[in-house]
Amino acid sequence: MKAAVLTFPGSNCDQDLVTALRDDFGASVDLLWHTETFTPSHDFYFVPGGFSYGDYLRTGALAAQSRSVESLRAAAAQGRPIIGICNGFQILCETKLLPGALIRNTDLQHICEWTPLAGGGDWQGAFPEGYALPISHGEGNFICSDDELKAIKDNGQAFLRYTQNPNGATYDIAGLASKNKRVIGLMPHPERALRVQKDASISQHRYGRIFFENIFRLAA
Amino acid sequence: MKKFSATATVRFKKSVLEPQGKAIQLSLAEKGSHEFTLVRVGKYIEVELEAENAEAAEQKMKKIADDMLFNDVMETCEIHVAEAKT
Repeated sequence: MKAAVLTFPGSNCDQDLVTALRDDFGASVDLLWHTETFTPSHDFYFVPGGFSYGDYLRTGALAAQSRSVESLRAAAAQGRPIIGICNGFQILCETKLLPGALIRNTDLQHICEWTPLAGGGDWQGAFPEGYALPISHGEGNFICSDDELKAIKDNGQAFLRYTQNPNGATYDIAGLASKNKRVIGLMPHPERALRVQKDASISQHRYGRIFFENIFRLAA
Repeated sequence: MKKFSATATVRFKKSVLEPQGKAIQLSLAEKGSHEFTLVRVGKYIEVELEAENAEAAEQKMKKIADDMLFNDVMETCEIHVAEAKT
């Protein structure tokens, strides 16, 4: 498996993703700096979390204009799987590869905690009872137009939903797929749920693995 | 080529939570100024650009506004272009 992780000034979850993909799943991983264009050749493209361009203008707005994202659009046009995590989700919304936008959490706080989740759409039943992943964001409150929301529901694009909505997201959306289900974005961090952690139970460190296994099913 | 000054005023849509304005309003209310019933904070972007004429300058501004300066899911944008004072 060949994966690529796009990085921008201010990305800070890129190395976690590289470690996860390389060490946990045996992938060969290329880091693609924002100034580079590329010819789509990878099985998966990941857009990592962080604060690209310091969140200037809007979260993800400047990253969406970068040269590497032009190439990412070409990869999307070929139907290659693209996964945006946290700031990566915000970037994919700004590129319009995903509908809607992510705004400030309703309680205005940056929330850093494990959050309970359930699968939706095509991912219904993909996760065990009590499933959870860590979140860490200030702007994870998903909004979209009424028409977009109707389409999201009709097409089963909300593949990951909060069972206790932490941030005010419309329709409890924690993860959203494009209409063709090849581009996905999510606020939770599966790459942070692969090791035994101080604050996690033994079963929770499996949760990240379960998520990645579902992602890998998107392979062509 | 002529020089132009342009501005883009970006406002959150009324339906969208705008916490900075809310915080300012609450701060005013704390001090007893309850007459300020709404405060909204937006962005004011100043641009200098070169273009053949005013129409071309306006088109260039409109393009960067649509591509980048605002997100129509949550914001509106008003642009204004004028020939730069030399």
